[in-house]
Amino acid sequence: MVGRDDMEIVEKTTYTPLDGVTDEDIVIDTRDLTVWYGSDLAVRSITLPIYRNRITAIIGPSGSGKSTLLRCYNRMNDLIPGTRVEGSVIYNGEDIYGNGVDPVEIRRRIGMVFQKPNPFPKSIYDNVAFGPRINGYKGDMDEIVEQALRGAALWDEVKDRLEDSGLALSGGQQQRLCIARAIAVRPRVILMDEPASALDPIATLRIEELMQELKQEFSIIIVTHNMQQAARVSDMTAFMSLDRDRIDDRIGILVEYGPADQIFTNPVNRETEEYISGRFG
Amino acid sequence: MSMRTADMESRSERAASLAGRSSHAAWRKRKDALMQGVLFLALLLALIPLALILFEVFRRGASAMSWEFLTSVQSISMLRPGGGYLNGLFGTLYMVSIAVLISVPLGIGAAIYVVEYSSSRLVPFIQFFTDVMTGVPSIFVGLFIYTVLVQNGTGFSTLAGGLALSLLMLPIITRASEEVFRLVPDDLRNAAYGLGARRWQVILKVVLPTASSGLITATMLAVARAAGETAPLLLTALGAFRIVPELVGKPQSALPLIIFNEARGPFEAAHARAWAGALELMLLVLILTLLARRIGRRAQ
Repeated sequence: MVGRDDMEIVEKTTYTPLDGVTDEDIVIDTRDLTVWYGSDLAVRSITLPIYRNRITAIIGPSGSGKSTLLRCYNRMNDLIPGTRVEGSVIYNGEDIYGNGVDPVEIRRRIGMVFQKPNPFPKSIYDNVAFGPRINGYKGDMDEIVEQALRGAALWDEVKDRLEDSGLALSGGQQQRLCIARAIAVRPRVILMDEPASALDPIATLRIEELMQELKQEFSIIIVTHNMQQAARVSDMTAFMSLDRDRIDDRIGILVEYGPADQIFTNPVNRETEEYISGRFG
Repeated sequence: MSMRTADMESRSERAASLAGRSSHAAWRKRKDALMQGVLFLALLLALIPLALILFEVFRRGASAMSWEFLTSVQSISMLRPGGGYLNGLFGTLYMVSIAVLISVPLGIGAAIYVVEYSSSRLVPFIQFFTDVMTGVPSIFVGLFIYTVLVQNGTGFSTLAGGLALSLLMLPIITRASEEVFRLVPDDLRNAAYGLGARRWQVILKVVLPTASSGLITATMLAVARAAGETAPLLLTALGAFRIVPELVGKPQSALPLIIFNEARGPFEAAHARAWAGALELMLLVLILTLLARRIGRRAQ
């Protein structure tokens, strides 16, 4: 059973700030976040600020806790029994893990796109309208659906067949449908868990272009296995890895966090450099 | 199998090995064909009894079936030909409807609880008791309703019969619905939660619609069982010679009950009618199933 001694805060993370941003620009502030699955420590003491209207990529080897961290931001980890979270995640001045906070409210403001496209077995229209409907939006649904589909660069391809099933689309289109569905509720932040890993290279490129457009209005946090993708799309990059001092326990820590340019060309931390140059992972 | 390097094989040897003509490959092909034959035989053996039943029922039932049969009520005298089973058809439809109204919401509700609230400690109990209930002999269900309801309240009645049938249908619907809900991928639930849905919204707006055609099939399986049951109705509905619109207070007729009574008597005319009744029951279940499939497809 993990004891209190494991909680000593060892300063292992290397930070490099981004030019031109201030604390005002922080949309989510992660402070000392630690997650247990049952009695197993999964990630420890993650501290990093997420900046507004930027794309933040989380990279690292398998099992380093990237998805675990991502799922903390919209409290999807709550759905896994036995999950325990310590530390805080400050959004809009409030700790989303604070007392009395309703996870459902969080998820409306912090949306998620999953690795495997998962449209509902409903029409394209009903897929996009699902979020607004369950959140009680009144008003012009047609308008909301069209805006969301335009925002996901899918409108032109489906505008004449909104009643067709969402499942009748290709993989890349389905994923854009899922993005449209997520942005229809107008969240502030969009979490993306390896959104292009199940797609072919052309579809992947379209998603990456879409992300650049989306960041005008939303803040994006993306987990990706694909380092080239992270280098292409992200503004800030966070490198997570397994704690080398306790390699058997498989604890994920944040090794380095900084502007993407700097991480990929001139990382400060030796471990980051090893990962980037493919020496492990 | 011996390993050969490419240059050791002559061209004819290579051709032969690709066509699977080496002795080992030939044996495997024969074994494959043999297994296919065995499995096909098993299929035939399983289907033959079913085919025989269907054939017999059609043959004997069709000759006694007539428009008069389908539209008239039983005549007083069993030994003469004539009359029909309309009272039974009415009673069966009436009682099965009651049973569906009770067992479908309860069964689906229980299945939802078991799957969506799976961490609850009640779940193993529910599953255990459901499994036990599937095995309860239908006469026991009839006896139970008889002692609890027939003797103490309603007497032999439509309601008692309907309740007995609902107890038979309930475990079937619960178990089958549970399987259907488990088949709904978690991906879909996660997508809904990710959009800020509450648990009941996920169940109502994603899980149920996705599972709808499977649920209809589950219901039809249960209806098919209930429509054909005789034993529980012996002690609850009892039987009647006319059309019974009363819910309580008067015994109710049912197709299986009439078939049972007419078939075991000594009268030829009654036997012929019983075959027609069996055909009618079979067609009823077939029509209900097809109807349900139609509705299920529309719902998608």
